[in-house]
Amino acid sequence: MTDASKPMTDPPSEPAPSRGQWADVWDQFKVHRGAFWGMVVFGTILFLIVVGPFIYWNDPQAVPTGRDFLNLRDMRPIYVLLWDSGAKVNWLYPLGTDNLGRDTLGRLLLGGRVSIAVGITAMLLSLFLGTFIGVLAGYFRRLDGVLMRLTNLFLALPLLPLLLVAVLLFRDPLSKGFGPEGGTFILIVTLVGVTSWMQTARIVRGDVLALKEREFVLAARSIGTSPTQMILRHILPNVLSPIMVSATLGIATAIITESALSFLGFGFPPDFPTWGKLLFDAVDRMALYPERVLWPGLLISLTVLAVNYVGDGLRDALDPRIRGR
Amino acid sequence: MSAFVSVKHLTRIFDVSKPWLNRVIERRGKAFLTAVSDVDFEIEERTTYALVGESGSGKSTIGRMLVGLLKPTEGDVEIEGVNLAKESDVDRVAAVRSDIQMIFQDPFASLNPRWRVRDIIVEPVASKGGDTTGLAEKLLEQVGLHTSDAGKFPHEFSGGQRQRICIARALASEPRLIVCDEPTSALDVSVQAQVLNLMSDLKDDLGLTYLLITHDLTVVRHMADRIGVLYLGRLVEEAEPQSLFDDPKHPYTQMLLDAAPKMDGFGREIPPPQGEIPDPIDPPSGCAFHPRCPIAVDVCSKDRPELRKLGNRTVACHLAE
Repeated sequence: MTDASKPMTDPPSEPAPSRGQWADVWDQFKVHRGAFWGMVVFGTILFLIVVGPFIYWNDPQAVPTGRDFLNLRDMRPIYVLLWDSGAKVNWLYPLGTDNLGRDTLGRLLLGGRVSIAVGITAMLLSLFLGTFIGVLAGYFRRLDGVLMRLTNLFLALPLLPLLLVAVLLFRDPLSKGFGPEGGTFILIVTLVGVTSWMQTARIVRGDVLALKEREFVLAARSIGTSPTQMILRHILPNVLSPIMVSATLGIATAIITESALSFLGFGFPPDFPTWGKLLFDAVDRMALYPERVLWPGLLISLTVLAVNYVGDGLRDALDPRIRGR
Repeated sequence: MSAFVSVKHLTRIFDVSKPWLNRVIERRGKAFLTAVSDVDFEIEERTTYALVGESGSGKSTIGRMLVGLLKPTEGDVEIEGVNLAKESDVDRVAAVRSDIQMIFQDPFASLNPRWRVRDIIVEPVASKGGDTTGLAEKLLEQVGLHTSDAGKFPHEFSGGQRQRICIARALASEPRLIVCDEPTSALDVSVQAQVLNLMSDLKDDLGLTYLLITHDLTVVRHMADRIGVLYLGRLVEEAEPQSLFDDPKHPYTQMLLDAAPKMDGFGREIPPPQGEIPDPIDPPSGCAFHPRCPIAVDVCSKDRPELRKLGNRTVACHLAE
């Protein structure tokens, strides 16, 4: 786990008492190389998708008309010039355009906003549900049976058909209330969140069951700590590691589920880009225009990988037993 | 005025039945485990009462009922005249509760690994909203650790040091009774002595009362003012250390003392104790010890012996005199 490049000859000096816990966490986090670079990559992607659409010159949703349509559609990325000097490129469209003449880079940047927003929000929702249900089931014996049967029930549901039916049923009422994009966003986040908390709940429950019999919990109980305080102060900090791992995996699953839904045509409206939607649109002409699949696919994979590494590093950094080794 | 702690007819039964569906399929009834059965004893203030017995004899269960972690199935535990399980006055319960603390067996499991030592130690006070400035440092010095240790995490300490931290935590709320559940059995022999000496010193300095739960007879001899011997959840003999060790009356106590290794008995062949401790789900009739007892007679398998006073001690045996 330790970084080989880190000098191991640090003199055992007395640590300054004023040092906060977060400084320690950051020190440990930096040492974890994968986590550090994961954070750099994720940070870069976040920066690009947040700032990019403001400074990028092409409107990602504009469809050219008339003669422009023929001129601007199906443009290749400029790097194609390296091996094909006759390729149809334009320096104003660095990653080319799609078959309707919409700019690919602009759509990637805008699509990333939605994909990552969906990923993070859905992850938070499923994390909250999973932790809540897991802690309740593990801590209160009475609720255990009921909640775990509920979890098994959700695990047994075939998720994709369920998602498709739910999208069909609820898309229109939600679109009326929150606009087509807002409605779909709420719908997808809720659906992904509500259908992906089960693993977290099971892991958390198992850990809570084990923790509950540890003697420091008994010690806290013997001084009359209330269940709420017990869970918040003693149990939750100690189940942080599995929750952290679930969280990072959760972002990945949420992005991928959203992609799958968009890919099947049940996600956001047709003219609204997300990474999954871009994949879906490009897949029929993948052989002619591989870049249209490559870039969104690459971005999804990079984001998921980076987030996983960040989670891994955070889990290590938040554990005082590993920290400082 | 009754004693500081008085335990009367204390019984604890655990439901160890299989799940309902298994019972229906296997056609079995419910199963109940009697961990503690009709135990009476009293602890005077500023004394050490030791409970000894084999594994599974109900020592820890009694300790947990005293602290209030478990509710008695029957019988009463009164501390300073307050019955924690039945008292309805919240203030009195809180007052008595803060007078009781517990020290656990495994110092590696009894400290929250994510908290700094300072937070662990002051927790009994902090959770009641008390003032904690400088408290952790004072207590750490009291138990022989350095004040700068307050900022460290538990994993940075050795077993003996952790047990000292546990003691410091137990002292934080200025308790009068400390229940020690095998406080030294997870420690090295050299460290055991240090911890035990620390506990004796603290007892003298602060006027503490200990309930010492252990299976280590040498520890008991060193520390206890009065000893209760448990067998299968029943108190079989209660006496002062001197008379108990010199002249055990109950055949189980005799067996227990014979089985303990002795310094002068090096190379001595010791006959190992006969038989196993019986199944507490299905205890023997009459005296629980009669299947293993060398001197058992007919009446032992029929009637359960009462605790009888015999001079300065009490014994639960039909034949003791």
